[in-house]
Amino acid sequence: METMLLGLAFLVSSVLFILSLRGLSSQETSRRGNVYGIVGMAIAVGALATSTEVEGYAILLPALALGGVIGYLMAARVAMTSMPEMVALLHSFVGAAAVLVGYASYLDPKLNQGSAVFLVEVFVDVFIGAITFTGSVVAFLKLKGSVSGKPLLLPARHLFNLGLVTASVVLGVLYVQAGGTDGLVQLGIMTVLAGVLGWHLVMAIGGADMPVVVSMLNSYSGWTASAAGFMLQNDLLIITGALVGSSGAILSYIMCKAMNRSIWSVIFGGFGGDSGGKKPAGPAPEGEIAEIDVDHTVTALKDAKGVVIVPGYGMAVARAQHAVRELTSLLRDRGAKVRFAIHPVAGRLPGHMNVLLAEADVPYDIVLEMDEINEDFPETDVVLVIGANDIVNPGALTDASSPIYGMPVLEVWKAEQVVIFKRSRGTGYAGVDNPLFYAENAALLLGDAKDSMDKLVSALKG
Amino acid sequence: MKVGIPKERFPGERRVAATPDSVQRLLKQGFAEVLIERGAGREAAYADSAYAEAGARLVDDAATVWAEADLILKVRPLEEHEVPLVREGQHLISFIWPAQNEALVKALAARGATVLAMDCVPRISRAQKMDALSSMANVAGYRAIIEAANEFGSFFAGQITAAGRVPPAKVLIIGAGVAGLAAIAAAKGLGAVVRAFDTREAVRDQVKSLGGEFLEVDFEESGEGAGGYAKVMSQAFIDAEMELFYEQAKEVDIVVTTALIPGRPAPKLWQARAVEVMKPGSVIVDLAAEQGGNCELTVPGERHVTENGVIVLGYTDLTSRLANTCSQLYATNLTHLLSDMGGGAEYHVDHDDEAVRGALVLDGGEMMWPPPAVEPSPPPKPKTEAPPAKVAEPTPPAKVEEKKKGGLPVVVGVALLAVWLGLRFGYTGEVSASNTFLQHLTVFVLACFVGWQVVWAVTAALHTPLMAVTNAISGIIIVGGILQTSDHLTAPTSLLGAAAVLLATINIAGGFLVTQRMLKMFRK
Repeated sequence: METMLLGLAFLVSSVLFILSLRGLSSQETSRRGNVYGIVGMAIAVGALATSTEVEGYAILLPALALGGVIGYLMAARVAMTSMPEMVALLHSFVGAAAVLVGYASYLDPKLNQGSAVFLVEVFVDVFIGAITFTGSVVAFLKLKGSVSGKPLLLPARHLFNLGLVTASVVLGVLYVQAGGTDGLVQLGIMTVLAGVLGWHLVMAIGGADMPVVVSMLNSYSGWTASAAGFMLQNDLLIITGALVGSSGAILSYIMCKAMNRSIWSVIFGGFGGDSGGKKPAGPAPEGEIAEIDVDHTVTALKDAKGVVIVPGYGMAVARAQHAVRELTSLLRDRGAKVRFAIHPVAGRLPGHMNVLLAEADVPYDIVLEMDEINEDFPETDVVLVIGANDIVNPGALTDASSPIYGMPVLEVWKAEQVVIFKRSRGTGYAGVDNPLFYAENAALLLGDAKDSMDKLVSALKG
Repeated sequence: MKVGIPKERFPGERRVAATPDSVQRLLKQGFAEVLIERGAGREAAYADSAYAEAGARLVDDAATVWAEADLILKVRPLEEHEVPLVREGQHLISFIWPAQNEALVKALAARGATVLAMDCVPRISRAQKMDALSSMANVAGYRAIIEAANEFGSFFAGQITAAGRVPPAKVLIIGAGVAGLAAIAAAKGLGAVVRAFDTREAVRDQVKSLGGEFLEVDFEESGEGAGGYAKVMSQAFIDAEMELFYEQAKEVDIVVTTALIPGRPAPKLWQARAVEVMKPGSVIVDLAAEQGGNCELTVPGERHVTENGVIVLGYTDLTSRLANTCSQLYATNLTHLLSDMGGGAEYHVDHDDEAVRGALVLDGGEMMWPPPAVEPSPPPKPKTEAPPAKVAEPTPPAKVEEKKKGGLPVVVGVALLAVWLGLRFGYTGEVSASNTFLQHLTVFVLACFVGWQVVWAVTAALHTPLMAVTNAISGIIIVGGILQTSDHLTAPTSLLGAAAVLLATINIAGGFLVTQRMLKMFRK
């Protein structure tokens, strides 16, 4: 009876989790979706914690309370610009938890009765968990800026990865043969190797490719939960893990497509290295890079009927989203049609820009995706490119020698006038020269994006 | 100079080229005398006595009019039996349609007449007051709606009555020229929901100003031709257009087609297949019936009911059905033209006058038509690339399908790997263990597919909240941790479990809260 009730509760939770993801299909239903998720989680944890299977309240309750407080503080304090770091950090927790649960199950005589299937399940769970953990930690540090965003390119790094995987498999065989709890040493060594693998996979990836990495780690964290479900013979874990895993896989796939990379190169890591900006990219574009000052930008904006704003990671770095919103309102009051063009990989997370703009109170119906707005650039008077570079690079379409060749980009150069907010004349993350800067209808507005934006706002008000 | 107005001989024609009003004006312009055939205005409700009062001389038969007058004013092109009445040097102003009536023009040339065609008055600002085509089109457009309303078995305006709701009629007007715009105004005035289609982008605002909805083919090609008329469009465009009409046919109750391209048979815009999907009792009014009709099923001059009960009106006499007003407008156009030509006192055919030159078909029997191009119309911008026709609504579902296909290998790969694992260990002899494993595998693969389907529906703007919420629910790993915590506080399993619970709780609390925070910010 007891088990049946618990099973039922888990079933309800699974359904609620599915509904939760379903709710995110539109902004209107999204909040309800999140509530489904919370209710599902509460049912699962509540049902389990009150069941007779659980006794260790003395240790369980403090852990729950402490975790809850830490999680609450993190969530309440995080700035929207730091969302990528937060997400990466949370991924690492799932990975770490999976590793811990794996070890605990291995050591639990009730669960570990020496069956080979069980042992393999533990092994796989720990393996994926460890990769997720270290990979996410590296991603977190890179996003935070503690570790350089430049890809770490070891010689023969693919062989290195292959070696780690092979060694893990060999250890796995030995570990299963050892049986019982005698394989603990092999399991431990494998955990370290998997950790190194996760660390290395993400170290080899450049900063601009972070959206793919984060989604990939999202996917891994799902698979790791699924593996734990197999291990514990718990369908709720399997289902939830599979949901999260496919979600991350889809996001990675979308990101890859938007950057014209193959999904396999991400799964096996080390991508972005083959093309990562070490090679000089084709002949340097000819012509002058024009500059524009705030006054001229204001004049152009005053006359403009159609304005498109293209935000990139630079907007997040400069925390310029509120100033951008203010500019948007001013222009809209003047009767201009202002819209935002979001490239799928703008920022460091899928949908990062949307969150930032939403935080700044930009109505989401004027925030458009690349496919929705690309056709409209020829009829646009002024395009403001704020802290974006590679996603507006015409070379991606025309220059076969460019490392980002084939990546779909926002075709801003078709507009009447393009103003690029930029800190310096340097290249983007991909290290590629951008022919857009040399275009006759484009000009750089040098300086910090937030400063420039503030100046524009006060000039337009005055 | 004497002006003569014979009665129209064309069967069913009720209009007349002069009204008592215009007779007075002609006399004022200095014409010596106006002769009018007895009964000429009767069908248009202008009595002979009124003409007489205005100063016209009533004549008993047409022959006398033709014999005495120097200038004949008419509405319709001459009937065959009228041609022999034309004298050498006589002037004639009426509709001629020289492109369609070559034989008539030749016969008139042989008789040495000077002929001005009202249908050839150029569409320039100065000549607007003489533009009889516009006057007639305006009337025809209005009348088309009246005819449609007469045939249509319901209200035009929607009504909510105690006996139930009557939806408003949906009217589609094809071709927003003068006739089309008049039809839009009339239909709107009756309270219908009006949509209009035209290949010329320039008329969009005119349609909107009358309260109509402007339909578009998602295809870039301008239909702007010379002199404000539409031009022939490319095949790809026409295909796209047909598709649009076919879709519209399922919805609309009334269709008024007004598409004419000068000097060509009317384009077949409303195909039989479109008629087939219309509701029984729907009405099509084909204003291009005289030029063959825009609708494939139009019978010129007739009311035709199709097998599926759609009424196709191919009336060619819509203007005659408003003969009084039409005659008045036409007669006014004529007096304007004549005043432009110097009136009665200084009447002359001025070849330098753009309006007169445009209308001039024969000068003393000499062929003057078509006139030399005075004002070269701007050539349509060359459209080098023809994008593929996209009429249908944008098709996001199809796009999603495509993406799904592209990513499916990943899921299939994962599933196959799992199956392989299952089989590999299924043969180790541990029957019960491998059975439960297969059960779990089933759940896993199904959940993958559910996740795959559900997540594709997530809008791109919410991808960050999606990551945060998946983050939170992947904290379900807490279940594993909870199961490991036990009363033996210092046991390694219990400690490991507690640590896992701690981490997972951070995930759950942090993930859900931050998601909530983000989602609150999304507003319209």
